[in-house]
Amino acid sequence: MTASTAGTPPAALRRGSSRSSLGLLLDAVYSGALFLGTFLGVMALGLLLWTIYDRGWDRLATDPGAFLTNFVSRFPARAGIKAALYGSLWLMGLTAAFSFPVGVGAAIYLEEFAPKNRLTNFVEANISNLAGVPSVVFGILGLGIFVRLMGMGPSLLAGGLTLAVMSLPVIIITCRESLRAVPDSIRLAAYALGATKWQAVRHHVLPAAMPGTLTGAILSLSRAVGETAPLLVIGAAVAIFKTPDDVSDPFSALPVLIFNWTGRPQPAFAEAAAAASIVLLAMLLAMNAVAIFLRNRYTTRW
Amino acid sequence: MSERDIEAGPTRRPEVPPPHVATDAEVPTETIFRIRDLDFFYGSYRAIRDVHMDVAGNQITAMIGPSGCGKSTFIRCLNRMNDLIPGTRVDGSIDYHGQDLYGPDVDAIEVRRRIGMVFQKPNPFPKSIYDNVAFGPRVNGHKVASMDDLVEESLRKAALWDEVKDKIKKSAFSLSGGQQQRLCIARCIAVKPEVILMDEPCSALDPLATNRIEELMIELKRDYTIVIVTHNMQQAARVSDRTAFFTAEVSNEGRERTGVLVEFDRTEKIFTAPTDRRTEDYITGRFG
Repeated sequence: MTASTAGTPPAALRRGSSRSSLGLLLDAVYSGALFLGTFLGVMALGLLLWTIYDRGWDRLATDPGAFLTNFVSRFPARAGIKAALYGSLWLMGLTAAFSFPVGVGAAIYLEEFAPKNRLTNFVEANISNLAGVPSVVFGILGLGIFVRLMGMGPSLLAGGLTLAVMSLPVIIITCRESLRAVPDSIRLAAYALGATKWQAVRHHVLPAAMPGTLTGAILSLSRAVGETAPLLVIGAAVAIFKTPDDVSDPFSALPVLIFNWTGRPQPAFAEAAAAASIVLLAMLLAMNAVAIFLRNRYTTRW
Repeated sequence: MSERDIEAGPTRRPEVPPPHVATDAEVPTETIFRIRDLDFFYGSYRAIRDVHMDVAGNQITAMIGPSGCGKSTFIRCLNRMNDLIPGTRVDGSIDYHGQDLYGPDVDAIEVRRRIGMVFQKPNPFPKSIYDNVAFGPRVNGHKVASMDDLVEESLRKAALWDEVKDKIKKSAFSLSGGQQQRLCIARCIAVKPEVILMDEPCSALDPLATNRIEELMIELKRDYTIVIVTHNMQQAARVSDRTAFFTAEVSNEGRERTGVLVEFDRTEKIFTAPTDRRTEDYITGRFG
């Protein structure tokens, strides 16, 4: 650039000089459309939370103690969610206890040990397929195998196992992804020090993959806790007037109770259902918060 | 970077090795590796052909040569790291103290305990400095009187102790690249190997950090046998006692490149009076 042009901006830098105004317009339209998409998603969540809050908060807030510690009742004003809340907490624990070790074990085998052959490919493809199977189908599986064939009846154990089988594919998939994200240089470093394959996995690969795995497992668990269909199929009850003592007891669960209450004619039960939904949502959001915390706190940046 | 080294022009000639390089006459050593007719295959593709080499103890043996000539593949044969890649195969023999490294009753994991390795990019575990060093002895079930002493001794030998002694429980990722590489060397030393293989250990480091690693290598050869792959000819000239020049033979209309050992001799000889024309072309930059 010569000295004579200094001080005056070159014409090419001015707005609209080289690009057509149509291009600029389209730019604005697309970014607006993308914003709208995001906005609608957030709106839907906000509307959902607002509806449930609007319908259920009064019922929950008038006497939260009684609502949480009463059993169900014919009279909506006296009805509480104690059995369902305990049932859901038990189910959460059982599902985690069954699905986490099995899922992580399967993921480690497939990712670190399995020979790369057609059988492995077949198994992998079908795990992805399983993740897409509707939950009610897992309910039918639970009814056929756990409830009837293995004679567990409509017990907590049958419910926990059914939900665990349903959660397994997602846990396997997220754990495998986390294992795959661990750089090979870490495995090689361990092998070069004379570690066996298992030692390398146990001491370095698995710990590095744990935050991602836990996040996936918790999210999958929170889906399981919110499931209604499989529990209805295996015969979860509503009219239960004691908390479970062990895994062979019949059980209720929050989603099943909410489903039952919303089907009743009295408007007061619809309010109770909304109040129970708030409790269920609070549980699930708390679990997601733990997942996010774990991910942010412990993830290794390579 | 390596390509640029090679293409840097015909005028540059690496400096003559400095006087610290011991010649065979000064240091009597025994043969650690005796390599005969070594071929290496990835599936049916032959990556290395007919390597013949004796690696002497307490010396630094450098592998130089253009990219894709099989230097790295070759040193990974020495601690059976290549076993981890499915479909690979070794022909010929590598004797380690007279024992066939690929013999039927040889445990590859035991081999890697004796023959340690430092990689191109520093690869510390995402753990504390202390745990990085202690991992090897722990998994190998070494009976250690005091792990703290072993960690300190290993870090001292790797010339890192003074820089990290106050933050030994901090993450290894808090160290600089050069420090991380010395930590990887300390981690390797802690297993008490006899041989340390280094695969371009300085290629990810700046010149100052490179200099520290080179000084360290010269110290370490009193206790260890070192085999190093390097793209940097000056580095080979500066640190090594013996140098092997590899090149790639192109066959099958350019589709296959097979690494061959062209010349293996005292470093001084390789850099001042190479026998083979290809070596001469490479070290004077006339290659390619």
